[in-house]
Amino acid sequence: MGMYYQPEIETMPREELRDLQLDRMKWSVKHAYDNIDFFKSSFDEAGVSPEDLNSLEDLAKFPFVVKQDMRDAYPFGMFAVPMKDVARIHASSGTTGQATVVGHTKRDLKNWGDCFARGIAMVGGSDESTIQVSYGYGLFTGGLGGHAGGEAMGCTVIPTSSGNTKRQVQFMADCDTDILACTPSYALFIADTAIEMGYDPAKEFKISGVICGAEPASENMRQEIADKLGVQYCDVYGLSEIMGPGVAMECIERGGLHIAEDQFYCEIVDPDTGEVLPDGEWGELVITTLTRECSPLIRYRTRDVTRIIEQPCACGRTHRKIDRLRGRTDDMLIIRGVNVFPSQIEQVITGFPEIATQYQIILTNKGPLDHVELQVETEPDFQIDEVRKLEDLKRRLQAELKSNLQVAVDVKIVEPKTIERSMGKAKRVIDKREVSA
Amino acid sequence: MISQLTVFLQNEPGKLSSLTRKIADNGTNMHAMFLSDTQDFGIVRIFCDEPEAVAAMLNESGFRASVTQVNAVYVPNEPGGLARLAEFCDKAGLNIEYGYCFKAGDDEAIDVFKIDGDNIDFALQDAGFKIAKPEDIYAL
Repeated sequence: MGMYYQPEIETMPREELRDLQLDRMKWSVKHAYDNIDFFKSSFDEAGVSPEDLNSLEDLAKFPFVVKQDMRDAYPFGMFAVPMKDVARIHASSGTTGQATVVGHTKRDLKNWGDCFARGIAMVGGSDESTIQVSYGYGLFTGGLGGHAGGEAMGCTVIPTSSGNTKRQVQFMADCDTDILACTPSYALFIADTAIEMGYDPAKEFKISGVICGAEPASENMRQEIADKLGVQYCDVYGLSEIMGPGVAMECIERGGLHIAEDQFYCEIVDPDTGEVLPDGEWGELVITTLTRECSPLIRYRTRDVTRIIEQPCACGRTHRKIDRLRGRTDDMLIIRGVNVFPSQIEQVITGFPEIATQYQIILTNKGPLDHVELQVETEPDFQIDEVRKLEDLKRRLQAELKSNLQVAVDVKIVEPKTIERSMGKAKRVIDKREVSA
Repeated sequence: MISQLTVFLQNEPGKLSSLTRKIADNGTNMHAMFLSDTQDFGIVRIFCDEPEAVAAMLNESGFRASVTQVNAVYVPNEPGGLARLAEFCDKAGLNIEYGYCFKAGDDEAIDVFKIDGDNIDFALQDAGFKIAKPEDIYAL
């Protein structure tokens, strides 16, 4: 069992924690209502007021807030404090529409650093550790979030940001990096680059932990990262609207990510009806911030699909967990009427040791039916000499996909490095389907 | 046994030209080449000088290349030359994965087979077949 970063909070008895949550939730709901026009009109419209909140369960009476509401309020319409108190802003990429701006007060930033630092302790880190932050720095919350966590813990922080991968490897080797924080696809790329450079990072590097998030990764991909680097894998959950990485983090016991429940209240709702679902059931994660000063959110619909695990954890932390994300309600592909998450496809692929973990899904619709092409590469040691073995591999992979997804997938084996390696979020799905009118 | 260079290519325009240009720019001479195709991909099998070094060079350049051991046998360039060899393999229970032939001089041809199993050359030699040696085909 590792050390805790904030033991009095992380192991707080459940009853006490719930009392703390209710006190903070009352403050947060009132803070949002009093200072943000959107929440005032949205609560008024729903016929609720902050006084109606007398238990944690009462939160279900309050209306949701969605990403579009934040876009509509661009840039500062959802700030609850005057600009002089805003220490920093972050923004989510505006690739799918107006960027979403989120503000942080000095205290918000401190809380963020604390949340992330708890995860550093979960992978065995302390003030003696060196953390290399290979998330992109900038408006994206990954880089500065990991940075804040490292500083809060008192680590030596190496702010490499993403890119220049050979130099990343050189820093890991020369500066004795203990913990690497980046996206999972980048962690794998760094590991492969190190191996290509002639290192055996699992044996030769001091690194003992990775903190990976911001994109989905299958169990097998995590295992591959853990094996190649010789590390404990910590999954970190976060989103820029809510804070950034650190909303929930995975301890050594695995089996889910501890929510920072002193900072956030989580509900799982049916994505269609909005009804709150009991613990253990899969649905859309809805988060209410409990301490955020600048950008409080009451019942924010994350579009992430997960469930709450309430069983006590052997690590001693009392904060409940969310399960590994199954996908996003809007990442979910609807293929010939069947719901498919890219993570399911990845799970199947990584069950084939002959196939490299990089992959790409290309969706087209010639005629009325959707066509799914999955491009994969073989591992370098797979013998490519015989057509029969390649065809057999393709057939086995297709059969496995079909039985797992209930959708026929056309597997295409492509040349090495055909599939783009990513520095940030990997582009796994290319949807070329034409939307019929 | 002969070392054959094998390269995996996508079945798309330009792939073979970029491969052969790469090999040419390396100053490598090819002695034989066979291309098998499927809908998605092709497998190029090549006899060339220094196959191991060429495979390493290609992998370095982003191709997927490997070296495969194949059996090459001289047969008389006359009706039944290949049939006798194939019949022998059949009787000996040897499965031929793939094969190709090319003419070597006026009187002989070289039949190349990929056969799973060990000591195939010895079995063929014992049965009276003339085995082609690597140096007969390419510079080592």
